[in-house]
Amino acid sequence: MQSLSNRAKQIDRSPMNMWERMYLPAIVKGLSITMKHALKKNPTIQYPEQTRPFAPVFRGLHVLNRDNEGRERCTACGLCAVACPAEAITMEAAEREKGEENLYREEKYAAKYEINMLRCIFCGLCEEACPKDAIYLSETFAPANYNRRGFIYGKDDLLIPNPVTEKEAYEKAAGGRVRKEVTVTADK
Amino acid sequence: MLLSLFTDWAFLLEKLTLVVAVVSIGLVVAMYSTWAERKVAGALQDRPGPNRAGWFGLLQPFADAIKLFSKEDIIPSKSNKILFVLGPGLAMLAAVMTSAVIPWGDKIVIAGREITLQVSDLDLGVLYVFAVVAMGVYGVMIGGWASNNKFSLLAAIRGASQNISYELAMGLSLIALLFLTGTLSLKGIVVGQQENGWNILYQPLGFLLFLVCAFAECNRTPFDLPEAENELNFGYHQEYSSMKLGFYLFAEYINMFMSSVLMATLYFGGYDIPFFNEAASTLNPTILGLLGFGALMTKTVLFILFFMWVRWTIPRFRYDQLMDLGWKKLLPLALINMLITAVVVLVKEYGWPW
Repeated sequence: MQSLSNRAKQIDRSPMNMWERMYLPAIVKGLSITMKHALKKNPTIQYPEQTRPFAPVFRGLHVLNRDNEGRERCTACGLCAVACPAEAITMEAAEREKGEENLYREEKYAAKYEINMLRCIFCGLCEEACPKDAIYLSETFAPANYNRRGFIYGKDDLLIPNPVTEKEAYEKAAGGRVRKEVTVTADK
Repeated sequence: MLLSLFTDWAFLLEKLTLVVAVVSIGLVVAMYSTWAERKVAGALQDRPGPNRAGWFGLLQPFADAIKLFSKEDIIPSKSNKILFVLGPGLAMLAAVMTSAVIPWGDKIVIAGREITLQVSDLDLGVLYVFAVVAMGVYGVMIGGWASNNKFSLLAAIRGASQNISYELAMGLSLIALLFLTGTLSLKGIVVGQQENGWNILYQPLGFLLFLVCAFAECNRTPFDLPEAENELNFGYHQEYSSMKLGFYLFAEYINMFMSSVLMATLYFGGYDIPFFNEAASTLNPTILGLLGFGALMTKTVLFILFFMWVRWTIPRFRYDQLMDLGWKKLLPLALINMLITAVVVLVKEYGWPW
């Protein structure tokens, strides 16, 4: 019967001839194949020292973004928590006091912001839902911890380093995904 | 001879040093064979192999040893305890004992004293090797039996029958070699090769048979049926743990080293340096002796690498195929090889009779 895909290979079940039964030529052939592999350059990436480049759409652990002056952007509107299909995000809002203008960008901010990384499916819907450019999925991945409690990331784990005081750490955490130069002004 | 052993302290000391040196060389080579095995496996499979412990992973054997030593040493409650402990010891003993008759080099001179780089130049060196190799089966058999585990026993029986079957073909292929050399002494065989050229030139088929049998004797792939994981769990050392298991694994690598040395000695001129006339050279005998030792070790290492290359290339034989190859192919071939060699040797010696 003709196969539909035309990819099936007919197996040759005829008895082996003298040359094949000697077995040694086949061994030599096999040895030459493995030797070819030995001479090949091996494609291993020495992981902790070297890393693979990320795809531009890579979605890793979240960061809470800051603006150019190092103020937290999040206003605790809760849109990310609503968008989250895994219900991994919780938060508590608080009002900005006088004198905290250099810490928080707007009058309302997230006093508490938690993401349960065991629940999170890294879909990136929170990032899309955020109207304030406050949450991004970074290029950090593979979190490890000794207990489940440790996988609930609080604000201290999530907040990106301050771009003013720790420029280098900020650049590293932001990677290629976090939008940095935001020109939207507060009064608009 | 025996008297001189007790009176000549220098002789005793010399031999003792030699024994210790040879055994430690064997152990070190075996140790680094485990490292080389992984490196070779890595190279053949497009990956780097161990590279974290030390430069190029050179400290890996020490890490393994520490790991094995620190594991719990379990003796199964229903096992035969004496034999259970004896098994790995015997395997190790048999593996190391071969080294006694192998000529590691010609001779070196220390403080005016000529030291032959061979523990003992037995007149029946080859037979001694065979006796010791045959003893290696006991380590496997006793270990498998004493474990009181059906898989271990099955594996041990397989191992024993495989070793015995392949010893026959091995012995016959060697007999053809002995026709040529006319001596059983390994030193004599090497000296003969220095004069007449390497035995591989006269005995290519014999060497091939010997090589295949050596693979089988060492329980190496494609003949590693005693350790066929998918059929027998872990083989004859299933119940072993800690350093007792380490001894078994180690004994295997020493076996591989010893059979590589043996092949180099019997067929590839032993400590003979290729394209170099030792007898006519004016070099210091000590330097010459050490160079010869280097030549032997180079050949040995190449053989060990070949062992590994084959291991990571060829899949395991089925048991019936193994027996088929041993009894129906190798044995007749060895017999034919022996007959032809005998005829040629006789004709060369007495001329064509008709």
